[in-house]
Amino acid sequence: MRLVVVLRLLVIAGLIGLVEMLCRMGVIDNFTMPPPSRIGADLWRLLASGKFNGAIGKTLSNAALAFFLAVSIGMLAGVVIHRIASIRAALDPFFATYYAVPVLAFYPLLIILFGLGDAPKIIIAFMLGVVAVIVNTLNGLDRVPKVLLKTARMARMGWFETANKITLPSAAPFVLTGVKFAVAYALIGIIGSEFILSTEGVGFEIAFAYNNFDNATMYPLILLVMTVSITVNMLLGMWEKRLLQRRGLR
Amino acid sequence: MTNASHNDVHKDDLHVSLRGATKVFRRADDGSEVHALGPVDLDLKRGEFFAVVGPSGCGKSTLLEVLAGLSTVTAGTVTFEGKPISGEVPDGVGVVFQEDACFPWMTVADNIAFGLRQAGAAEGEIRARVEGALALMGLNAFAASYPAQLSGGMRQRVCIARTLVLQPRLILLDEPFGALDQQTRLLMGEELLRLWRETGATIFLITHALDEAAMLADRIGVMSARPGRLLEIVETGWPETRDSTIVEKPEFGHVTARLWQWLRAESMKSVGRMDRP
Repeated sequence: MRLVVVLRLLVIAGLIGLVEMLCRMGVIDNFTMPPPSRIGADLWRLLASGKFNGAIGKTLSNAALAFFLAVSIGMLAGVVIHRIASIRAALDPFFATYYAVPVLAFYPLLIILFGLGDAPKIIIAFMLGVVAVIVNTLNGLDRVPKVLLKTARMARMGWFETANKITLPSAAPFVLTGVKFAVAYALIGIIGSEFILSTEGVGFEIAFAYNNFDNATMYPLILLVMTVSITVNMLLGMWEKRLLQRRGLR
Repeated sequence: MTNASHNDVHKDDLHVSLRGATKVFRRADDGSEVHALGPVDLDLKRGEFFAVVGPSGCGKSTLLEVLAGLSTVTAGTVTFEGKPISGEVPDGVGVVFQEDACFPWMTVADNIAFGLRQAGAAEGEIRARVEGALALMGLNAFAASYPAQLSGGMRQRVCIARTLVLQPRLILLDEPFGALDQQTRLLMGEELLRLWRETGATIFLITHALDEAAMLADRIGVMSARPGRLLEIVETGWPETRDSTIVEKPEFGHVTARLWQWLRAESMKSVGRMDRP
């Protein structure tokens, strides 16, 4: 293992160890937060009991759907917007200020429109992620060498085939940055919505446990959410690294 | 790389013909017209090696794009094998660009197979032809490599192989060695001569290097500053079996000198100096 990796693991282990020590010494009282070792054990127990399988399944499937929509629609929109210069020019300022708008604030409105089901949550998560995908796709498409487009024309490719086989693969490292954002935003959007107004999902269960001072449920679920998010991001990071290495960029 | 149509002894047939080919662009910003090319009259015989030299910005690349079907003339006619070229890429025409056109996400073998896959060739045929192209360009050892692992010269070989594998009857090269160092250029030039002999294709080479044109071509067209017209066509008279050692011959010096004679005044125009010798 490389020294950097060892140091990185040591930093993580050190931080967890520090919190563990503070909890056990009573600096952080158990009512505020149980020691990390307990949280881990509780999570194992919760997962084994299957008590939250429904909530976890609900949250993850909604997040997956929002992610899939954000990535596919975001990439398609990126390709279309990139093709039409006037639309691009018109939309650019909106993209630049989009993340100044707290999308979660629209949740009540979406509930009025779509009811208390999955739709408002998925829409929130989709709205959070899709613009990151569009912006990064545009950024990547801007950098596609012109000669590749000429090559596509020599091969008599239409615009969709060119996007599918030439420009999007060429822009892949940038598109992947958008995809990583979409993962994070999908989880934030779904779990955040479940927190606010919902009767199911991991976010709801965390909020419910919080309201009932149920630390033995709340902290393990938080740990679960973190683990899922970090794992997915690391997998995408590994893919990205391979992609860049292949192009001699890392 | 065998292609029946190459070996049908139609050699010296009229292969490409331009009559009054003219291109006028309209600028996007102010709508003013830019006369980029022509009128150009030019006939290429089948199997001929034709080079074009000219000052920068003279419309050489426009001429190539017109022949490739990537761009249309605004006046005049362009025909390839008797059929007019009009904004559609004709069958049997291949292009090698100056810029690195390799797909960085594909292996060398997949890069070369790209055009065949697009054309819907059978996998077995693709494999055989890609292997042939790899051998032809000395790339066998790099079939599974990615372009980023290769030098600039090797990447350009990949691009040439990608064009050759489609067995084009007319190969257009737009300053294909422009980004390479001088030694590599000379060697790639020799290689190009070998490929030309082996494939029997008609070659249309654009270059800014007079010595490259003088060493490689049967005939060399000298283009004027914009709007690009053909000022003169210089015949080199080299035997078909030439290679880079031709540069030692006194005739090579004569050809290069003649090209420079024509180009000197034009190049000065294009750099903004109007004083003539």
